[in-house]
Amino acid sequence: MADLGPSFNASVPKTGATASTKPRSWVPAILIAIAVLYLSLVLYIPAANVFVQAFSKGVGPFFKTLTRPDFLFAARLTLLMAVIAVPLNVVFGLCAAWAIARRRFPGRAFVLSIIDLPFSISPVVAGLMIVLLYGRRGWFGGILEAGNINIVFAIPGMVLATVFVSMPFVAREVIPVLEEVGADQEEAAKTLGANEWQTFWRVTLPSIRWGLLYGVILTNARAMGEFGAVSVVSGNIAGKTQSLPLFVEETYKQYETEAAYSAAVLLAFLAVVTLVLKEILERKTRIKDSK
Amino acid sequence: MVSSPQVDEFQKPPARKSLLTRLAQIPWTWRITIGYLSVMLFLPLAAMFLKASTESPANFWRIATSPIALSAYDVTFTTALAAALFNGVFGTLIAWVLVRYDFPLKRLFDASVDLPFALPTSVAGLTLATIYSNNGWIGSLVAPFGIKIAFTRLGVFVAMTFISLPFVVRTVQPVLIEMDKDIEEAAWSLGASEFQTFRRVVLPPLFPSILTGVALGFSRAVGEYGSTVIIASNTPFKDLIAPVLIFQRLEQYDYSGATVIGVVLLLISLVMLLGINLLQAWGKRYG
Repeated sequence: MADLGPSFNASVPKTGATASTKPRSWVPAILIAIAVLYLSLVLYIPAANVFVQAFSKGVGPFFKTLTRPDFLFAARLTLLMAVIAVPLNVVFGLCAAWAIARRRFPGRAFVLSIIDLPFSISPVVAGLMIVLLYGRRGWFGGILEAGNINIVFAIPGMVLATVFVSMPFVAREVIPVLEEVGADQEEAAKTLGANEWQTFWRVTLPSIRWGLLYGVILTNARAMGEFGAVSVVSGNIAGKTQSLPLFVEETYKQYETEAAYSAAVLLAFLAVVTLVLKEILERKTRIKDSK
Repeated sequence: MVSSPQVDEFQKPPARKSLLTRLAQIPWTWRITIGYLSVMLFLPLAAMFLKASTESPANFWRIATSPIALSAYDVTFTTALAAALFNGVFGTLIAWVLVRYDFPLKRLFDASVDLPFALPTSVAGLTLATIYSNNGWIGSLVAPFGIKIAFTRLGVFVAMTFISLPFVVRTVQPVLIEMDKDIEEAAWSLGASEFQTFRRVVLPPLFPSILTGVALGFSRAVGEYGSTVIIASNTPFKDLIAPVLIFQRLEQYDYSGATVIGVVLLLISLVMLLGINLLQAWGKRYG
């Protein structure tokens, strides 16, 4: 008798059938409650805490931190790293995406994994590699010392570390878009006499712009937020090699909790903006897909 | 002397010229890609492996298997595995809820799953350490039972759970969306219970993607430094993880120690990457 109900439902057209997947209304409710509770414990309460702690004593401590010279330096350095790392990785990502998406060749999957490699490497190991390469006792240590150039425990090393950890995003986001768009329009443009640059600017770039922007946003978020790799190569000298994520840790360790949370709330705000832009772009690409 | 190769080339054009022209024909996009990867990725990798190779095998083995290193691997891998498996269960549940049910603010919940990707790890560590400490919002709830979370291995587990949360959700979600509801309904109509339908019909095709998500999350958790270093007390043999050990070795200018443990960690990451690729290939065949 128990199986009579569902089988009856299954024979009715779609609208009736969907009702049969929700026979007991408490199962979805409980599952949703568990999911929300879990997300709250792991994500929402910690995220809310950042804002609560930063503004628990009003906006005073927040603005006091904003005027600290070491904070201002950290903020400027964070911007600088993004300003250098993002364009570099965009140029690389576009070249790599173009090279890989427009050709079928043996070992293609292998090349894709190589591009993804920085994501699999621990940020600390990434930083360590840069120290071993450019540090005083590293490969280029002698040459750099002779030229009086500091890379490790200085800003260039932090930039290199940032570039390393945020390398794959653009290529990764652009490759699938390029594959989906196909090469037909580009070939048409070429037959009509457009040169390589014209084809890229007028045909390819417009069709991949949302995917590219998506990659840029992810690269930027990682570049501004990277802690591990940058921490290894920085030496963490306040006012010299301290970016915002490092400032957060250092002030927390010095029991300057208010300063730590003031900087943290800025970075959390950046994360929220990133998520919002990501969502908008995902919707845009989804709408395009359905057309 | 100088002219002879030219003459050679002239006399035997096919072999030489084809090589030269082939080199010249490499598109400039490939040249930039290869050049950039060489400078930014291969060179640092080579530097580390060569530095490691200057150690004698016996010395390498001694550092790699020193008691403090062994304990750090143990803490790192068991905690990361626990966090990844934990997210395997809850991530699947979240993906299921997000795909199959409608509820208010669903889009917001969906978008928020990516928060650990977007939030800088030091911010995550800071806020988790505050909340899960003995007088924090959540830590104070369990403190009366003698459970300490922040500054213990449990804290490392919490941080690793945070940063590996999105992986399972994001690998399972697309598979669930593609999945045909008809088969479930068929199972229903044949009298299977809800649990039976889930275990026998829904779970098997999801399994490769769940495993892939768990492996990705595990791999991320193993390498994590920012959030874990802040929430842990970093005491050797207690809650010291391998990335923090590398960092401490570097701080003490013990480059050999840092390199050896770094190579071990890197090799494990590479094996994981290979495993993940195989899992994904398996998932594609299964789907």
